Amino acid sequence: MLIAIFADIHANKQAFEACLADVKNHNVDKIVLLGDYVGYGASPEWVVDKVMELVGKGASAITGNHDSAVTDMHEGMNPSARTVIDWTRVQLSLNQQHFLASLPLSIPDGDRLFVHADASAPAKFRYILDPEDAARSINATTAEVTLTGHVHKPAIYSMSVTAKLTGFTPVTGAPVPMLPRRRWLITVGSVGQPRDGDPAAAYSIYNTDKREITFCRVAYDIEASAAAILKSGLPAKFAERLFVGR
Amino acid sequence: MARPNLHRGTVLDGFHLDDVKNRGGMATLYNVSHPDYNIPMLMKVPHLHEGEDPAAIVSFEMEQMIWPRLKGVHVPRYIASGDFSVQPYIVMEMIPGKTMLQHIPDLPLPYDQVVDMGSRIATALDDLHRQHIIHLDIKPSNIMFRPSGEAVLIDFGLAHHDQLPDLMQEEFHLPYGTAPYMAPEQILGVRNDPRSDLFALGSMIYFYTTGVRPFGQIDTLKGMKRRLWRDPVPPRKLRADYPPWLQEVVLRCLEVKPGWRHPTAAQLAFDLANPSQVKLTARSERLARDPWTTVMKRRFNPDITKETATPARMSAQVSSAPVIVAAIDLQEGAQETNEAVRVTAGRLLASLPSARLACINVLKLGMFTIDSTLDDEGHNKHVDRMVGLRHWAEPLKLSQERLTIHVLEAIDPAGAILDFANNNRVDHIVIGARQSIGIRHLLGSVAGKIMSEAACSVTVVRPPRAKTFETPAETSPELASVD
Repeated sequence: MLIAIFADIHANKQAFEACLADVKNHNVDKIVLLGDYVGYGASPEWVVDKVMELVGKGASAITGNHDSAVTDMHEGMNPSARTVIDWTRVQLSLNQQHFLASLPLSIPDGDRLFVHADASAPAKFRYILDPEDAARSINATTAEVTLTGHVHKPAIYSMSVTAKLTGFTPVTGAPVPMLPRRRWLITVGSVGQPRDGDPAAAYSIYNTDKREITFCRVAYDIEASAAAILKSGLPAKFAERLFVGR
Repeated sequence: MARPNLHRGTVLDGFHLDDVKNRGGMATLYNVSHPDYNIPMLMKVPHLHEGEDPAAIVSFEMEQMIWPRLKGVHVPRYIASGDFSVQPYIVMEMIPGKTMLQHIPDLPLPYDQVVDMGSRIATALDDLHRQHIIHLDIKPSNIMFRPSGEAVLIDFGLAHHDQLPDLMQEEFHLPYGTAPYMAPEQILGVRNDPRSDLFALGSMIYFYTTGVRPFGQIDTLKGMKRRLWRDPVPPRKLRADYPPWLQEVVLRCLEVKPGWRHPTAAQLAFDLANPSQVKLTARSERLARDPWTTVMKRRFNPDITKETATPARMSAQVSSAPVIVAAIDLQEGAQETNEAVRVTAGRLLASLPSARLACINVLKLGMFTIDSTLDDEGHNKHVDRMVGLRHWAEPLKLSQERLTIHVLEAIDPAGAILDFANNNRVDHIVIGARQSIGIRHLLGSVAGKIMSEAACSVTVVRPPRAKTFETPAETSPELASVD
């Protein structure tokens, strides 16, 4: 089975559309959405509608910290991100807000676990930035493969039977096998706001039969996306960073 | 599930085990057969018992990831693998014959024989490096030759794949490799520089041509580190008739800094296949090791023992050092085209400081005539062409190690250039289009044939547009006299 995994769409309609068009070439069997549908970008309504439509057709979706912040005023956030969340709340219908509030923090699926950030405390949304962070998350679960988002950078961590950790930055299009006996944690990269220096939208495809993950990058209309952010009066830095992927 | 007890007659996933072929430090090799596969095969089974080196497991995991991705004649074909839940194994094609270890009692071997093997191994390494893999354990017992002649690299247990997690790197901070052949940077823990394999091959060529290992047979870490500051005895000191060009190539492979070695395995293969074109430097003249004062300065120079900066991705290193061919027509009337070829080649070389240029001219032989090597005025045509090519290349101001000159003799010029490109792992051919459409129709287009048949990139160059579109009318003397 092929699973397409989208994380951190961040209200970027153009990027998400491009990824959904690209994934059609791969005949995937299932879609999993790893949270942070809103925040930073100018199209929260469109993106949440799309996510609801996909969930209606069988996709799995979990919540991210930006999604929680829409309905939970206590969610910690820096001031400019908070500005966008306050704006987003006004854009979304009540129905859409209820949908976001109803999403689970994580979804176990066979030997896999889908969660937005560190699985040792899913509601705390802690970043996984290095092998130690990955070890904390891996040790807190029984999953063999944990798939996460939140850091906006593709990475693969692997824990050996002797609990030694390996970190690796994957190469676009080169499948990496998740060897058995080891435990793996993947950060899949961001659809709507990549931060690894490549401005192209990122998503991943997981092959459950071969236990292989492939990282995909898709060019999209960044100008349109950035223009929409500026037109909505949101902080200009969220538009500017899209061009450099930082 | 309990692991099956493996012995002759065991059947595992359809593979029938026969005798043990080899029992090594980390794994055992069995001869196996399978009703679906009609080729001789080997099954590699790692040692997983208590007390075994944990590196055996990780090294086998690396092989499980790397093997299915290997392609081509320079590696044994991958057939199947079994995972750790029942019985881990890898089944691969069995290469007939023995490894290069068989020659060790007969060392030193004749120079020609070692150069020929070395060149074929360098070609195999180039192929491997282009598949994103650094072998990191090049040594006699890991190299075989197919009956058809190609070198085959076996055992990828210490290899690094540029596009896969390096489990060895993260798990073990001690260097893994084979002491006599291990590159200095590998001893310091660097595992992502393809030029480490060139060092190992250089050590092998040194050993096979002199009978002496360049850094001895020490395997303590301290002893191994000596090669960071102590240079090997120059081969010419060991064998008075040692060819200076070969010493040049071998000592370049054995340079401490990867940046001082050949930039790619393809460039090393090129030198081994074209001895007359190897640029001789002070390395080729050396008859003694460096004096102790120099050695001590190196010994206590912190820069030498520091890890060297290595490329972020090995593919960037390999692709930054292409072999470029400029095919030059030295006939009358081709000057403008040749200038255009030089401009294009010059641009490529300027952007890639490790690229090298091979200038080629084909001395066309008649199909039914016996050709004289002398022209009507008694000049040696071959030498004249060499002089012509050198003159063509002069304005590029390339250092000698970046430039080689080749006059090929052939009935079919396009075929000769294509053969040269294939045999020398050429990445890019720059060639001029023939100017006269009439001649092109009559003789066929060399550039056209090369374009359609070359395995590498081809740039076909024409002189600037204004000149190309001169009509016969404008140059006709009758019309010219009208005004």
